[in-house]
Amino acid sequence: MGTTRQFTCKHLLKELTDYLDGSLDPEMRTQLEAHLAKCPNCWVVCDTTKKTIEVFKGLDPYPLPDEVKGRLVKALQKRCSESGKS
Amino acid sequence: MIQSDSPAQVDQEVELVDRARSGDVAAFTELVNRYERNIYRLARHITQNDEDAEDVLQEAFLKAFANLKQFQGQSKFYTWLVRIAVNESLMKLRRRKADKIVSLDERLETEDDSVPREIADWSENPEQQYSRAEMQGFLTRAIDSLSPGFRTVFLLRDVEELSTEETASALNLSIPAVKSRLLRARLQLREKLNRIFRKHGDHAPIHL
Repeated sequence: MGTTRQFTCKHLLKELTDYLDGSLDPEMRTQLEAHLAKCPNCWVVCDTTKKTIEVFKGLDPYPLPDEVKGRLVKALQKRCSESGKS
Repeated sequence: MIQSDSPAQVDQEVELVDRARSGDVAAFTELVNRYERNIYRLARHITQNDEDAEDVLQEAFLKAFANLKQFQGQSKFYTWLVRIAVNESLMKLRRRKADKIVSLDERLETEDDSVPREIADWSENPEQQYSRAEMQGFLTRAIDSLSPGFRTVFLLRDVEELSTEETASALNLSIPAVKSRLLRARLQLREKLNRIFRKHGDHAPIHL
């Protein structure tokens, strides 16, 4: 693992979240990408972390079991009738 | 994923909330239908218990309904609802693990700030090697293995896709604390998925 000018592997870790979220300022982003181009280890860490995020973004919401939904509706109806809003 | 970011959907949601606030039960029901699966998933991941998740689901919506008049609309309705659901979930978790301290304020930052040593990359679409059901299982177990402080931040940011600011607000954390925990959570999850996605060709038994 090497360094690119002042930008080190530790800097990458510090800036990784902002980089992957697209909120890193342009100058820092340029330095970070220059580092990635020269450091295969950081490139893989960055790429696989990005893929990790993408995989989790595709996670399906839990299907709500019918009985759970049924009890939720009943609880809401009961509360609504108690407060005189139904 | 919550799909409420387009201007039309935001407007529609503001209108639904306004109607619900003035006592329109149908409007509130529409909000419930929109978010119930996300709230249930969030509660299930934080509490790791089906019964608790159902209680949280009901409590979150009942409290939201009861307190709608206090909701000023300065944040999105969903962010406000998530804050209620997270608080309820953490209370459940604390009760169930009464002998353990469960707090989002615990020190979670580790001293290890070194970049993981990694040579093998993953394939382009690693999830396509597995069925959807298998992937759901891997991902759920991976999230559930994180500590409450890490998994709650990760769930809000990367699963429910709240912004850093919204997550900080919902959890009463500072923005640097959210970022720090998010990084640790992402790296820990990457490490867990690394075992199944690494380019080796051979699939070893998976124990997340």
